[in-house]
Amino acid sequence: MSGPLLEVRELRVDFPTRRGTLRALDGVSFDIAAGEILGVVGESGAGKSLTGAAIIGLVEPPGRVASGQILLEGQRIDDLPREAMRLMRGKQIGAIFQDPLTSLNPLLTIGHQLVETLRTHLPLSAAQARERAIELLRQTGLPAPEARLAQYPHEFSGGMRQRVVIALALAGEPRLIVADEPTTALDVAVQAQVIRLLRGVTQAHGASVMLITHDMGVVAETCDRVAVMYAGRIVEIGPVDQVIRHPAHPYTAGLMASVPTLSGDATRLAQIEGALPRLDEIPPGCAFHPRCPKASPRCSQERPELALVQRTRAACWWPIVDGAMP
Amino acid sequence: MSDTRAAASERPAGAGTAVVEARGLGKSFELRRPVTERLLRRDAPHRIDAVQDVGFAIARGRTLALVGESGCGKSTLARLMVGLESPTTGSACVDGVDVHATLAGPADAARALRRRMQMIFQDPFASLDPRWRIGDIVAEPLLEQGLILPAQAPDRVAALLASVGLPGADMRRFPHQFSGGQRQRISIARAIATSPEFLVCDEPTSALDVSVQAQVLNLLADLQRDRALTMLFISHNLAVVRYVADDVGVMYLGRLVELAPRDELFPAPRHPYTRMLLAAVPDMRGTGGERAPVQGEMSDPLAPPPGCAFHPRCPHANERCRVERPELRDSGAVRVACHAVEEGRL
Repeated sequence: MSGPLLEVRELRVDFPTRRGTLRALDGVSFDIAAGEILGVVGESGAGKSLTGAAIIGLVEPPGRVASGQILLEGQRIDDLPREAMRLMRGKQIGAIFQDPLTSLNPLLTIGHQLVETLRTHLPLSAAQARERAIELLRQTGLPAPEARLAQYPHEFSGGMRQRVVIALALAGEPRLIVADEPTTALDVAVQAQVIRLLRGVTQAHGASVMLITHDMGVVAETCDRVAVMYAGRIVEIGPVDQVIRHPAHPYTAGLMASVPTLSGDATRLAQIEGALPRLDEIPPGCAFHPRCPKASPRCSQERPELALVQRTRAACWWPIVDGAMP
Repeated sequence: MSDTRAAASERPAGAGTAVVEARGLGKSFELRRPVTERLLRRDAPHRIDAVQDVGFAIARGRTLALVGESGCGKSTLARLMVGLESPTTGSACVDGVDVHATLAGPADAARALRRRMQMIFQDPFASLDPRWRIGDIVAEPLLEQGLILPAQAPDRVAALLASVGLPGADMRRFPHQFSGGQRQRISIARAIATSPEFLVCDEPTSALDVSVQAQVLNLLADLQRDRALTMLFISHNLAVVRYVADDVGVMYLGRLVELAPRDELFPAPRHPYTRMLLAAVPDMRGTGGERAPVQGEMSDPLAPPPGCAFHPRCPHANERCRVERPELRDSGAVRVACHAVEEGRL
């Protein structure tokens, strides 16, 4: 593969309001390589779900992509007409959301939904589609898939529903899957199963994944690279073990240190003082500077761009260079 | 046991004596199906045993955390402990006073007890009345208890808000003007207003982002140290529990399956379910090695399996586990309900 599978270039998403335009994403750029799993982390309101929504063309009005480009296999997809975008969703890009019930029609059987999706995207007869549906469900570890085809979503447990949604997302054999908090609504034991499954089946299908989550543990176990978002921008992006163990951006370092873990000292969690700024109060310069222990006058005036710091890229005037985590 | 928490010498007099106790506590709910369905199927009303035969004690100034998956009964147990639910069996006691008998008894005694127990809920968006100002929300338990005169409220509220890290001027604002983390601070200010001795926290940080969670957990730890609070902390997150608990109870389908000091449970979990839960937590500082696969999902609480309720998911289950329910038994400093552990098979 020559170029990356997905390229996002200087993406900006605006929300016009009565009191002016809020810029929810402000110059987001990143790539996903073929077969790669990219984690996108950050706190609520940082823009991670909105980035996913922009890629699948589902930014909710009045929000709109104001500028920038999204390219899939070198082709622009951000300016596609509605119908072309609808066909591309499912065929080239699959989507998995937090609540499996929002992705499933409660009035139709699982089999009906899978067969319909398969036949929308692939030239299959009804019988072939049914066979394929059974095979997809089997791959997701659903017991007795033939019998399950005739059942409705409410007859499945939360973990089993998310397996069905993964099967649906894979049905069109997409090159990219955008998974937005796919395990957040599940119990921890079931989460582990679904994450393992997501990693396994996407590898088997050669699909890339953009995994949006707030769970650093899930990122550590699943992703190849991770992007950290803050106030509508990527503040750090790089290989997972580098970003988690040797973060360069002070926000990443604070975020990682505040995660409770099962190993190490359990005295007191490190905390970042203050709170994520509201969209209408994003500070000038580096948006993190009012909360940053390393901030200098420059940080409140000039906005840093992503630049290479050891093995990650960080948008910071004073990145942590040795970056060793306790 | 917990060298990392406040030293024993800093604890108030009476430390070590149980202030909060559950004895054989149980709660069943009747589920009524729609009339048409009941007539069609001619079946009896269903009963769900949300909590069964749970016993524990919490010493003054210490924290017991209860963990388990959704539907295991941990939130029902929290509500039983503060009298928001009445038990089907057993009793809950605070300082030797039976919670439910007292709340059902003379008004003075009930009010005095209510002052001593408070609860913090998971959803800071649902637990604060949107039409009330913060000042009124925080002052309400003080006024209701007759502990202050209305004229004293602003000063008291300002002091309480300061103790949770919020400016006093916030008392004139409404809940929608605050973020989730700030709202949870307001809930905490209200909960500690009457200087309770016993605080129940039901998933207090589950709805919060990690950096905000760290702030709220640290705030709770500071308040506990300063006010010698006895806490029952409900959580599904074992990593969080590790930072707050002195003792940990693990629940499965309404029962305690393991009860152990934190520093015993995390390095050496005994019950297969505890082991499974621990193995399922993705650890960002772990080695990145494959974790033990976790089998299945929790059984339907309406039709719990016979014997040990965990046996369908347990890799160590044998014939005895399928028919005979294990009792919670002492095993060193730990209490475990497992035949395999008892027989030395595990």
